[in-house]
Order: sequence, then structure tokens, then C-alpha cells
Amino acid sequence: MMNDLFRGELTRLAAVDAEKMSKAWERWNRDVLFRRLLDNEPPTLWSAKKIQQWIEKELERGDQRFSFSIYPLDSERLIGFVELNVASWQHGNAWVGIGIGEREDWNKGYGTDAMRLVLRYAFDELDLYRVSLGVFAYNPRAIRSYQKAGFVIEGRERGALLRDGERSDVLVMGILHSEWEAQQGAMQEASGG
Amino acid sequence: MNITQSLFESEHICLGPINYDKDPEIEARWSEDADYLLMVGLEPARLTSPAQIKKKYEAIEKRQEEDKDLFFFTIRMRADDRLIGFARLEWIDWSNGCGYVSLGIGDPNDRNRGYGTETLRLLLRFAFDELNLHRLTALIPEYNAAGLRLFTKAGFVEEVRRRQAVNRLGRRWDLLHLGILRDEWEAQRAPNESTRERLTSF
Repeated sequence: MMNDLFRGELTRLAAVDAEKMSKAWERWNRDVLFRRLLDNEPPTLWSAKKIQQWIEKELERGDQRFSFSIYPLDSERLIGFVELNVASWQHGNAWVGIGIGEREDWNKGYGTDAMRLVLRYAFDELDLYRVSLGVFAYNPRAIRSYQKAGFVIEGRERGALLRDGERSDVLVMGILHSEWEAQQGAMQEASGG
Repeated sequence: MNITQSLFESEHICLGPINYDKDPEIEARWSEDADYLLMVGLEPARLTSPAQIKKKYEAIEKRQEEDKDLFFFTIRMRADDRLIGFARLEWIDWSNGCGYVSLGIGDPNDRNRGYGTETLRLLLRFAFDELNLHRLTALIPEYNAAGLRLFTKAGFVEEVRRRQAVNRLGRRWDLLHLGILRDEWEAQRAPNESTRERLTSF
């Protein structure tokens, strides 16, 4: 039986090519909206050279961090990244971060599909107990995507972001291994599998 | 403004620096206390020698110097400077005004005496009056009843409940994120501490 861990319905996950990824990041970093949806740091316009050094260093931390490139199925076009950071093996916890850098690829379901792949990896392969993520209240598109992948909102840190003089909440979302299993079962039943 | 207001002393305790000569021996004893370790962190319990603890202190001071996102304090008795615990404000996100707070009282005989409450009051004043932060978070596993009481009494509210995130004592526990905002702290601080009072009395 073919059981490809890294191929979904719309996307595939691939190894991170440090050179290709750093060139993409150099460009994505200049898109302020992308940056402001992605994390809470002031955007810094790093050179591709500097980014590549970081990526190469991070790739060596293989026991804690699992990084992937996102490609549309059967395409060589790098459209985003997803990474799983294991916060603790003892507690079976990881945080996930994902981004589709190319704007033309937003709203096509790529992020949701890639997230499902990485959850399958987290639960089936790494046998983690739960996966968490942080998302900004002003990013409803991402929140919907995470909910579709099975995450539930577990709370909100009030006013944890200050942008353009306005305070916004940071939501914490989580999914348990057991919830993911139940969801797989339900999907199989629905498809008559 | 009251520039003579003490940031580091309260009634019984004070916040102080690390004492490399005395503190490692004391903390090494605490590292044998499973209850203490259960309350102060999510790391696996680890027996630690005084020499390893010295190295840890060096790493803490290095991080304070280089990353500028950590304020580390020892908690000491005012009367005789005896070490009773540790406190941290860390992972400070300066552009958004956020930080995390944690503290631990090492010796069981020093617990339930209000020292944690006194420490937290100093930490909140330092975070809001000195660092000008907007909010603080504390991460507390649901089994830590004393910690939940301490932070709730100081005005923190539950904001996030990471379900079953902690694997301890043979079962799963939720991990709570408790938060307090600057204006909540301002509203509940003692009247003689309020900004207006201090302004008019200056």
C-alpha cells in the first residue's frame, strides 16, 4: 500500500532547500501584510545570505524542529513553509507555524491542506499528544483554516499585540491526538472508506 | 513620580542579585525536593550540583546581558539576606509591551507566609512602573493550587487553557495562561500607591 506521509490533496511537503527558501524569504519579508499576519516581531529586511545561514543552522536542530517547504502538488513552485517545534517530548507538546508567502496562492486551501499533512506527521509519526499555535485576532482567514484542520480556540491573551497604535488579542489554539484520530475516522466514514 | 520609592524591598523580603558564594549550595538542596520542582517548572526533575548551578547562573546573567529580555532576581529575607527563592520577568516583547512572570519559594518552611504575595507585588510594580509593560502572563499547571491562588489574588485572570498540555504524576493536566493588564493593576493597587496620590504628595 502506498502511504505517502507528505502528499495531500492540494499540496506536498518537501525538504527545505536552504538556498531556495532564503531567496523566497527575502522576498516574503518585504510584504508587510504577510509579516504582520505571521508573527509579533517588527519586520526586519534580512539579506538572503543571512537568512540562508539561519536556515542552515536551524536545520541542524533536527531533534526539536521539523521544517518543511510547501509546494502545490506536482509543481516545483515554492509557495510557503510549515514548521513543527517540539517544545517538550516529555509532555508530547509542539507548536506549529505556517505561512503561504506568495499572495497569489492565498485563499486556495493550500495552507489548510499543508496543515493537515503536518498534523498527520505530528501524530502518526512523532506520536505527539497535542499541537498548539498562536494566531492574531485580526487574521480570521487563518483562524478558519486552523478550525478546518481541527484546531479549537483555547483562549486569548488580551491586548498582546500593539500595531498602528491599536491593541489586539493573540488567540491560542490546540488540537489533541485523540481529536485528530476521531476526525480521521469521521472522514473515512464519510468517504465510505 | 516618586523616585525614592523602593522597587526592591517590601515588608519582609527583598529582591536581590545572585550570590555566587552562598546561593548554589542552597539551590542544590532545593533541587532534591520533588514538590518544589513540580511547582516551578515543566522540565524533568534533575538533581543539580552546586557547580552546575553556578554555571546556570552564569548562563542567566549572560542571557540578561545579551538578549535583554530577562530580569532575574533572587528573593531574600530583608532581615538577614537569606535566600528564599527566585523570580523572573522574561521573554519580554518590548515592541508589544508583554512579558512572562514566574517565581518560586524554595524551602517548604518559607511557603504560606505571604512571601510569594510580597514578591509578586514587587514584580508587578517593576514590570509596569519601571519597564512600562502593558501586560504580564503567568503559565501555571492546573495542579498548582498555591500558584493559581497567588496570581489570582494579585488580579490575574485565566485567559487560555491549553488542554492536557502537562504530563505529570501519571496523568494529563491543563496548562493555564493567566494574564493581567496594566490598567487592571493600576485599578487595584493600594490607594496610597496610586499615581494621583503620589503626584499630589510629591
